[in-house]
Amino acid sequence: MILTERYLPITQQKNADDVIIIKNLHKSFGSNAVLNGIDLTVEKGENLVVLGKSGSGKSVLIKCLVALITPDEGEISVLGTPIDGLNYSALNALRIKVGFLFQTAALYDSMTVAENLAFPLKRHFKNLTDKEREDRIKAVLDDVGLVEAIDKMPSELSGGMRKRIGLARTLILEPEIVLYDEPTTGLDTITSREISELIVDIQQKRKTTAIIITHDMACARLTSDRIAVLNEGVIHAEGTYNELEQSKDKWVQSFFNV
Amino acid sequence: MKPKTIIAEPRRELFPGLKSAFANTGEATVFALRFFKEVFVPPYEWKELLKQCFKIGYKSLTLVAITGFIMGLVLTLQSRPTMAEFGAESWIPGMVSISLVREIAPVITALICAGKISSGIGAELGSMKVTEQIDAMEVSGINPFKYLVVTRIVAATLMIPLLVIFADAVGIVGSYIGININGDVSMRRFFAQAVNSLDFIDLIPATIKTFFFGFFIGFIGCFKGYNAAQGTESVGKAANSAVVTASLGIFIMDMLAVQITDFLY
Repeated sequence: MILTERYLPITQQKNADDVIIIKNLHKSFGSNAVLNGIDLTVEKGENLVVLGKSGSGKSVLIKCLVALITPDEGEISVLGTPIDGLNYSALNALRIKVGFLFQTAALYDSMTVAENLAFPLKRHFKNLTDKEREDRIKAVLDDVGLVEAIDKMPSELSGGMRKRIGLARTLILEPEIVLYDEPTTGLDTITSREISELIVDIQQKRKTTAIIITHDMACARLTSDRIAVLNEGVIHAEGTYNELEQSKDKWVQSFFNV
Repeated sequence: MKPKTIIAEPRRELFPGLKSAFANTGEATVFALRFFKEVFVPPYEWKELLKQCFKIGYKSLTLVAITGFIMGLVLTLQSRPTMAEFGAESWIPGMVSISLVREIAPVITALICAGKISSGIGAELGSMKVTEQIDAMEVSGINPFKYLVVTRIVAATLMIPLLVIFADAVGIVGSYIGININGDVSMRRFFAQAVNSLDFIDLIPATIKTFFFGFFIGFIGCFKGYNAAQGTESVGKAANSAVVTASLGIFIMDMLAVQITDFLY
């Protein structure tokens, strides 16, 4: 019997363009099954938007990719490395290549913006001189348009600024993949648009691959190369924004007919 | 005939608190083992350790000084009438210094620090957990346990004994002032008597136990904060639980320390 690709072990699926491969991913919290067999691949350089209602397991999905949450079942390969069974130092080496922007930005409250950005740099790029480190911080702050905030504390920043600084901290390690957890939640329409444009700008300038978790359709339209719609713990539909907009499926339509 | 509906009674757990106590003990043991595994392995976070030593040690000096002074003063004022009845006023410096060094200063200072430091660490780490700052460290390839937990526990273990020694000294000064409120004893005579009454047997076990107090204060604060649940309510719970557990632990450890000291000497 010939096994279909769906059932092949992750290590035997060799498509050089697939930087993230998720196979049959399951995760439950107590009796609440959140992910019920997710199958998903993301190609190099692609922006994949994952749509789903609140509590549908979108954030759980991307947290599984960086091993913040351990799945109950299934396989995950990131940049050709199966993450299951990696030891702590190998996992950390992989995490450096995968940036993660948290919904709350998760800036370190006790540090200034510059210190927030220097914190991972000092630990992973120990050979940099103070000047080189400072230049790199300024360059990444310039990319997100917030050089003037370099000496501010996180408490002095607005919601949109916090997201931008969070993104700068993610980008400072020059990741190949960026995972965005609801990047526009809690922001006004104009700031949301600015953040969405920044995501596209980063993809084009830095050639990153991204998974963007959102339920903001404007953000999905602007940032997506492809969209995966999550429902009851599985990928319900996949396609480009225009394809899904034309879909007759009621669940898919419920996102577009808001 | 309508069938009789049988509604199953919800399953009742016997001693639900006991289950959670065992679970907590297990988690705390794993947390402690992880600390001992990581504390000796490089890279070391020296800068953060120094910062925490400053925060825990230097920033607690005023509080410990006031408490130590009042302990010495009150102990002297309260014991003086009774000692005077037996004509043993001259024993006050020795009695106060032994009481302070062996028991009162270590326990009271540790309790004060449990309130200030353990709750502070619990609230700080709890809030970092809730706002995903600990996860942010983890995903950027930095070991948050080493940076946040190891440094705080080591700093508390090193600083509490120093704070206790400081409280001993200030307490004896408080006693000197207390004895001079209604009397006239020279400083030289008072301190000579206070220090001469002390033996290494008074000092060594008392100092050793303060290292354990310090470790426990830091450990409980970190354990409660690092394992805080989601939501802002859990930050308050972590801080509160840290103080209660640390204070209770200090009394239990003190009781054990006294038994061990009595057995050995």
